[in-house]
Amino acid sequence: MKLPSQKTALGIWLVSLLAAVLVVLNTTFIADLSAFMPKTPNVRQQMLVEQLKEGAIARLVLIGIEGGDATERARLSRLLAARLARDTRFSAVQNGDPATLARDQSYFFANRYALSPAIGPDRFTASGMRQGLQEMLDAMAGDGGLLVKQLLPRDPTGETLQIVTQFMGEAGPQTDQGVWVSRNRERAVLMAQLAESGLDTDRQAVALDGIRQAFASLPQRQASTRLVMSGTSVLSVASRDIIKSEVERLATLGTLLVIGLLLLVYRSFTLLLLGLLPVVTGALVGVASVSLAFGSVHGLTLGFGTTLIGEAVDYSIYLFIQRDNRQPGRFWRTIRLGVLTSVTGFAALMFSSFPGLAQLGLYSISGLVAAALVTRFVLPALMPATLGVRRMDKAGKWLETGLDRLAAFRWLPLLLLSGCLVLLFTSRHEVWNRQLSSLSPVTQAQNQLDASLRSDLGSADMRYVVSFTAPSHEQALQQSERADKVLAVLLKQQLIGGYHTPSQLLPSQASQAMRKAAIPAAPVLQVRLAEALQGMPVAADKLGSFLTDLAQARQAPMLTPQSLAGTSSAVLLDSMLIQRPQDYLVMMPLRAAGDRLDTDKVQAALNGYGLGHMTVIDLAAETSGIFDHYTHEAQWLSGIGCVAILLLLLFSCGWRQTWFVVAPVACAVTGVITLLVMLGIPLTILHLIGLLLVVALGSNYALFFADDHHQRAVEENRRMELSLLIANLATVCSFGLLGMSSVPVLSFIGSTVAIGALLSLVFAAMLVRGRRALHP
Amino acid sequence: MQKNLLRYVVWGGVCALLSGQIMAAGWSVSDLMQLLGQKKAGTATFVEKKYLGVLSQPLESTGQLAFTAPDRLEKRTLTPKAETLVLQGDKLLVERSDGRKLSVTLADRPEVIAFVESIRATLAGDRSALERYYTVSLNGSEEQWQLTLTPLQGRMQKILTQIRINGTRAQLKTIAFQQADGDHSDMLITETSSK
Repeated sequence: MKLPSQKTALGIWLVSLLAAVLVVLNTTFIADLSAFMPKTPNVRQQMLVEQLKEGAIARLVLIGIEGGDATERARLSRLLAARLARDTRFSAVQNGDPATLARDQSYFFANRYALSPAIGPDRFTASGMRQGLQEMLDAMAGDGGLLVKQLLPRDPTGETLQIVTQFMGEAGPQTDQGVWVSRNRERAVLMAQLAESGLDTDRQAVALDGIRQAFASLPQRQASTRLVMSGTSVLSVASRDIIKSEVERLATLGTLLVIGLLLLVYRSFTLLLLGLLPVVTGALVGVASVSLAFGSVHGLTLGFGTTLIGEAVDYSIYLFIQRDNRQPGRFWRTIRLGVLTSVTGFAALMFSSFPGLAQLGLYSISGLVAAALVTRFVLPALMPATLGVRRMDKAGKWLETGLDRLAAFRWLPLLLLSGCLVLLFTSRHEVWNRQLSSLSPVTQAQNQLDASLRSDLGSADMRYVVSFTAPSHEQALQQSERADKVLAVLLKQQLIGGYHTPSQLLPSQASQAMRKAAIPAAPVLQVRLAEALQGMPVAADKLGSFLTDLAQARQAPMLTPQSLAGTSSAVLLDSMLIQRPQDYLVMMPLRAAGDRLDTDKVQAALNGYGLGHMTVIDLAAETSGIFDHYTHEAQWLSGIGCVAILLLLLFSCGWRQTWFVVAPVACAVTGVITLLVMLGIPLTILHLIGLLLVVALGSNYALFFADDHHQRAVEENRRMELSLLIANLATVCSFGLLGMSSVPVLSFIGSTVAIGALLSLVFAAMLVRGRRALHP
Repeated sequence: MQKNLLRYVVWGGVCALLSGQIMAAGWSVSDLMQLLGQKKAGTATFVEKKYLGVLSQPLESTGQLAFTAPDRLEKRTLTPKAETLVLQGDKLLVERSDGRKLSVTLADRPEVIAFVESIRATLAGDRSALERYYTVSLNGSEEQWQLTLTPLQGRMQKILTQIRINGTRAQLKTIAFQQADGDHSDMLITETSSK
């Protein structure tokens, strides 16, 4: 291979670096859930994504006020609600104040003739009214009679009951001193709804801070009172903050540790800075490539991608310490094969339908290639003619003696491998973790608070949803009415325990018009009523303003979303019927009758009524389904990656060398898996990424050991071994730190790589280097 | 009971009132509660008549009652519309004729608790539960007593002015609710089994 001149190499490098910096500067970094969403989602996954993005779940903030006494908490609840009501970042705030409740009641009562699902064309004929009245009398005879009888004079056909029945079985929050309180009455509770939907964590964080500031500045607030919050937005902001602070803390510590180690070895700032060039270049090129290919870079990619430093820094270590290599061709050949091996492994990730993994794959490949190119063509040009690296002959000798001793244990790795395999196959432990929550960095305490606030507010966990889209508001409501009829049947069959539809709160214009048309003119109505009352224990003169109310309802303007202003039903409607640029998204929550709801049966019922375009989703099942799919896919892709690496090695260096590279790495990987499983830590997708990195790093070690040593001087060999040890130490240190993180995502990758890299080196020394020690 | 009548005859109008007090001194709320508290379970049928101002005729409903000590009360209405209330501890389960069920936690609804305890606490002989919501007074004898419950809470007083429960020994015979708006209801109870 003809090498480009040093000047050309430097020029290309500088231009590329500049280009990468420009791209990075114009990159959008995102930190939302999109990385976890499939690239080509199916209908249900699409609905799930929409629910998470725009549904009530994403926008709901649960607020609690604790400490102080009940009166103080009630006062603060009212003040906070008033403050937040003026804040445009929130579309609604509710604290259970009687005024809102009264507005809801008066909305339903005043508009009962537009809202009642019982009103059809025959409702106000003599027999229709008689039937309604009889039902009303039966209800009055029953246990709720005390309440029902008050309705009779103005609502003898029982429309209010028909409306209320739709909402039966809801467990709302408790009220004390005019505000919502928790079950144990020691906490005032409120609900706020973020005005804007979407997943922008930054803006959610700002809005949540707005709540904290509003609370902190409430007048004459007792110091003993405090604010607690939960909800999806609170949890995602919290987890982002935890990850961010942990990444920063650990990355700083890790970098310092690696720099310290390198300084100790090099004793030269120049070399240290040069050594970091491939790393920096690799990181910049990696981010730039992802940005160009995906349009944006996810924060997670950046976080996991820093692991790349682990391998990139190794290249310069190898170069500097083995600088006096008399056969540079062999040295670069080994490095090239190492890079190719890693690239092959990570290439598999690029085919993942999980954008997070695909981004990570591209980032690693482009970053590694860039780092290797810089090490190959730029560093030699910049390296001072005489390197100030200490000659560490003594250390090299000790290491050689140590490694020679290890060689006596060449039987150990394979014995361990068989032991591990036996353990794995007989183990009762679950090997794979199926819970998405296993990746969540949110603390147990925060999860408990979330559960307790949710139960205080009686807010359904919104696990089951019927969802569809419609081209217009009216269409959405008409479709919702059709769905309502099906769901009502399912409710009677106890297949579902309850449901909400937007049309319960705001009927379509068509239904409203039909109901209005069902009300006859006053003279006709009077005659029919007289007929209906014959033989009934109700006298017409007791029915106060029934006729006037009906006459009014006949003339009343159509109900619109504005008619609900100020009611809590408006918030509910807003969460179920969502306007989007191109259409309307409807999401109707279902309650299970027992513990679980059979979504297939509900879907079948909807299909049977010609509503197949509506989708029933079990959000919990769907989420873990996606996660399962990713894990499954990642398993396949890693498998394919391993096979590809095997083929690459076979073609480039023959089966013998391949065996020496594969054996120690396979032993190390199996060892790590067994260790984790035995410790009761089921594997996640992140462990898999960690293992891939172990394969990349470990194969480098083995390649150096396996490279034919007979042609190497003893001195050279010692330096090579020393460089491997230092590279390994750097990896173990930085990943070991990650492994100690409290954030599962970081600790999974960290511990996997640290243990795996160490085992790889030791096993490679035993298996590969052992040959030489025993057969000099 | 005959003895009682005799006394009425002998002592006449004013004395009757006095005798009532004497009787009550010998037959106290605690005695009644103790007697009631000994029952472990019982079933009965009921006929309830509601006299409402808006209606020209009373509304009648019928059904069954079942009580199991200490806190389970079941009211199964059969006519005119089937409906079942099952009260167990703090939970009220309502089962409607259309098959729908709903569960209510009583702690959330103080008025409902007061209402429910008037019957349940009486059946259970739980004096302290009764006195939490009502002023309790007792008239008559062990053979024919009348327990009068007057609500303590202002909210309850706006709905209900008085509950009168008549009975013989550990057996409830009638329960009458007098509502604040003048409406009232009478429930006639016939015991069908008792343990």
